[in-house]
Amino acid sequence: MPRKQKRSTAGGWLFLAVVLTGYGLSFLLSPDSTAEAFTFFRRIMRQVLPVLGLVFLLLFIANILLTPGKINRYLGKESGVKGWLVSVVAGILSMGPVYAWYAVMAELQQKGMRTALIATFLYSRAVKLPLLPLMIYYFGLSYTLVLCLYLVVFSVINGILVERLLPQKI
Amino acid sequence: MQTENHLQQSLQKTIRTFINILPVIVGMLLATSLVITLFPEDISTGLFGNGDIPDAITGASIGSIAAGHPLASYLLAGEMLSGGVSLIAVTALMVTWVTVGIVQLPAEALMLGTRFAIYRNIISFGIAIIIALLTVYSLQLFGAA
Repeated sequence: MPRKQKRSTAGGWLFLAVVLTGYGLSFLLSPDSTAEAFTFFRRIMRQVLPVLGLVFLLLFIANILLTPGKINRYLGKESGVKGWLVSVVAGILSMGPVYAWYAVMAELQQKGMRTALIATFLYSRAVKLPLLPLMIYYFGLSYTLVLCLYLVVFSVINGILVERLLPQKI
Repeated sequence: MQTENHLQQSLQKTIRTFINILPVIVGMLLATSLVITLFPEDISTGLFGNGDIPDAITGASIGSIAAGHPLASYLLAGEMLSGGVSLIAVTALMVTWVTVGIVQLPAEALMLGTRFAIYRNIISFGIAIIIALLTVYSLQLFGAA
């Protein structure tokens, strides 16, 4: 197992241990709120499980189909406008919690995906197509359209800025 | 034979990756649940009313700390707007809710690198304030707000 992957695995379990310790401390201070938080966790875990299934499937497909050559062509340094377009649209269409997508992005990053496009993907996720009717209901159509337009434009700017700060491979 | 090998290798790699991310996801969900339960929504409305930019910064800060489904941010923002909080502040809150994640930062750093996670979140925070101001000013310019 590569050293980076080993570190990531250990870090993941350490992170879980820290959170569980936090729960333990919280339980000592406020048992009712902590029990409520745990009930909430079980509820969102049930909601997230199908998304995790989707993530597993996408990782599997990515491992089968996406070679470093293909990633370079569509999402690498030479991808150009096509790369920006793919990452913005993919971000808008992506579902589920953002942390489930970190693994997919990390996998694509290893295969040569541009840093800017990862940041753009993560930012354009702010446009939530299924939730647009609710946003229109609360804030109006004009507001929703203007906000979504700015979110798309700034997702690209965000990508450019992040890459400028991280010129080398992260 | 070669295709079968490729499929098997891909499956093994996927399972390995998945096992690596599981503790991060479970930890994230546990942390999010605790933050949402302990985060008092009521105190948020008393923090606003100090002008466009301070309100945008406050809204963006609350959105950065808060975690959970974006639906919750729309509901909270809608209620805050009804409660007299400015559109700039609630816009900044909704944008950072989905683009900045203090709670998710450890997971993002583990998967994509610490520097990437920190820079991306700082830039996203600044951009959320700009978007909030631009959105409301644009609507005012076109007479839609």
